[in-house]
Amino acid sequence: MYTQGLDQRPADGATKAGDDPAALAAFQARVDREEKIEPNDWMPQGYRRTLVRQISQHAHSEIVGMLPEGNWITRAPSLRRKMILLAKVQDEGGHGLYLYSAAETLGVPRAEMVDQLLAGKAKYSSIFNYPTLTWADIGAIGWLVDGAAIMNQVPLCRCSYGPYARAMIRICREESFHQRQGYELMLKLAQGTSEQKRMAQDALDRWWWPSLMMFGPSDRESIHSSQNMAWKIKRVSNDELRQKFVDATVPQGHYLGLTFPDPELRFDEASGHWTHGPIDWSEFNRILAGDGPCNRERMAARRKAHADGAWVREAAAAFAAKRARRQRAEAAE
Amino acid sequence: MSGGARFEYLLRLGDSCLVLGHRVSEWCGHAPELEEDIALANVALDLTGQADLLLGEAARTEGRGRDADALAFLRDAWDFRNLLICERPNGDFAHTIVRQFLFDAWQVELYAALTGSGDSALAGIAGKAVKEAEYHLRHSGEWVVRLGDGTAESRTRAQAALDALWPYTGEMFETDETSAALAAAHVAPDPESLRPGWTRIVDSILGEATLTKPQAGWMQTGGFNGRHSEALGHMLATMQFLPRAYPGAKW
Ligand SMILES: [Fe+2]
Ligand SMILES: [Fe+2]
Repeated sequence: MYTQGLDQRPADGATKAGDDPAALAAFQARVDREEKIEPNDWMPQGYRRTLVRQISQHAHSEIVGMLPEGNWITRAPSLRRKMILLAKVQDEGGHGLYLYSAAETLGVPRAEMVDQLLAGKAKYSSIFNYPTLTWADIGAIGWLVDGAAIMNQVPLCRCSYGPYARAMIRICREESFHQRQGYELMLKLAQGTSEQKRMAQDALDRWWWPSLMMFGPSDRESIHSSQNMAWKIKRVSNDELRQKFVDATVPQGHYLGLTFPDPELRFDEASGHWTHGPIDWSEFNRILAGDGPCNRERMAARRKAHADGAWVREAAAAFAAKRARRQRAEAAE
Repeated sequence: MSGGARFEYLLRLGDSCLVLGHRVSEWCGHAPELEEDIALANVALDLTGQADLLLGEAARTEGRGRDADALAFLRDAWDFRNLLICERPNGDFAHTIVRQFLFDAWQVELYAALTGSGDSALAGIAGKAVKEAEYHLRHSGEWVVRLGDGTAESRTRAQAALDALWPYTGEMFETDETSAALAAAHVAPDPESLRPGWTRIVDSILGEATLTKPQAGWMQTGGFNGRHSEALGHMLATMQFLPRAYPGAKW
């Protein structure tokens, strides 16, 4: 995961301030030629800020996303499922690591980004502020949440910023694996006992709308995406990505024999697309602002892990310093 | 050697992996830093994989139609045969790391010996698992050194963990009828024969970590006979919840 409306805040599109117009034009020309921008290249301040914010929010999402899924590792119902889930959550941690590294190439240390998250100043994908209540939620997250993440992230593999684009290529490969495993889990439930079917339906009921929200507000309301489009940080609009996701996912849900919690969902013969009912953006905005079922718990868990681990990080740093001193002393002898 | 002894032995190995893997997996998302979240998840994953192979082999030996999942999810605590150290609660990071280190050192010695087992299935499992165990040992050993020789606080915590867990190391070298039968049949090493190698590893790392090895003294026992600590029942209540709540369901 997971770039949702990660371009939510008012844009840093105000590029002009401080940036030399000739340099800006040359930069835009490079982007237009589909050249990759690398860490040591000149870039507009707004481009740098936008990327730091987007990549770090993406990294935070991977890390916070470990919590709802980690919630079921100790209750996975078979050894195979336990291994799949452990491997997935481990992958998500790895995604966080690559993404923090990609953001660090823009000059912001990981510790500073983590501090911003813990201080409540940085966002992460709101999808992880929903609870995982049954085992089926693990399937639904893989199928829907990783599925939506792939739709969002495949275009980012062509992002103009080289380190981000390269991180996304690797990440997308793993996300599609997660998506298939999640769907396979759902399939098993859908073919199972009446209780398992109930679990699967209940999970779809709770995760469907939040998954659609992961693509962020409609383009009609998005004020700043044009600058990000020009810079090729963003390459496909929120609504287009959402539509692609709906078109891909609805037939999969029907194959499972499940019902989508949207009475207006129907196939439009004329356009060849599935059309859905209105999304409740008030719920999205409320959760983004901090009032979701698990916002406080998720942040409390991250803060507790960080605080409880402080003595460990201090010990590692103290040991590294001691060892370096000893090695210098030996070299001097 | 009877099939019963082989079954018992495979349970000892497999249950130890399953139970310790479960404990380590409890850290997921809560570790002191991101690299450790990933490393601990990886250890948990390896141990669960080993449990799957060992319990699968146990189930085949038993020949009563059970599989690895039935053994993991449908036995009660008294039928578990893991080392007691594996079920000790995580405690702080020092506790988790010291537990892992003492176990990894034993597992490396054990698997290395089992690669030469006359039992080809067991030798095959050990051949794959010994590489994982060596990797785990490098990870846990490095942390024991960092914590022991880090700050005053980390040193105090690491020493406290070592003192608390030491009485659980005696079980690793216990001999009984089962182990004697397997040793006689050249299936498994005499547990006592693993002690010198284990001691060398432990002494070397504790020395580097400037930690004090606890005095030899009274040792906990019971895991091989199904006499466990209170902690295991709670773990199984969590681990086995779904297969118990929905009997017969396939996942
Ligand atoms: Fe991810
Ligand atoms: Fe994923």
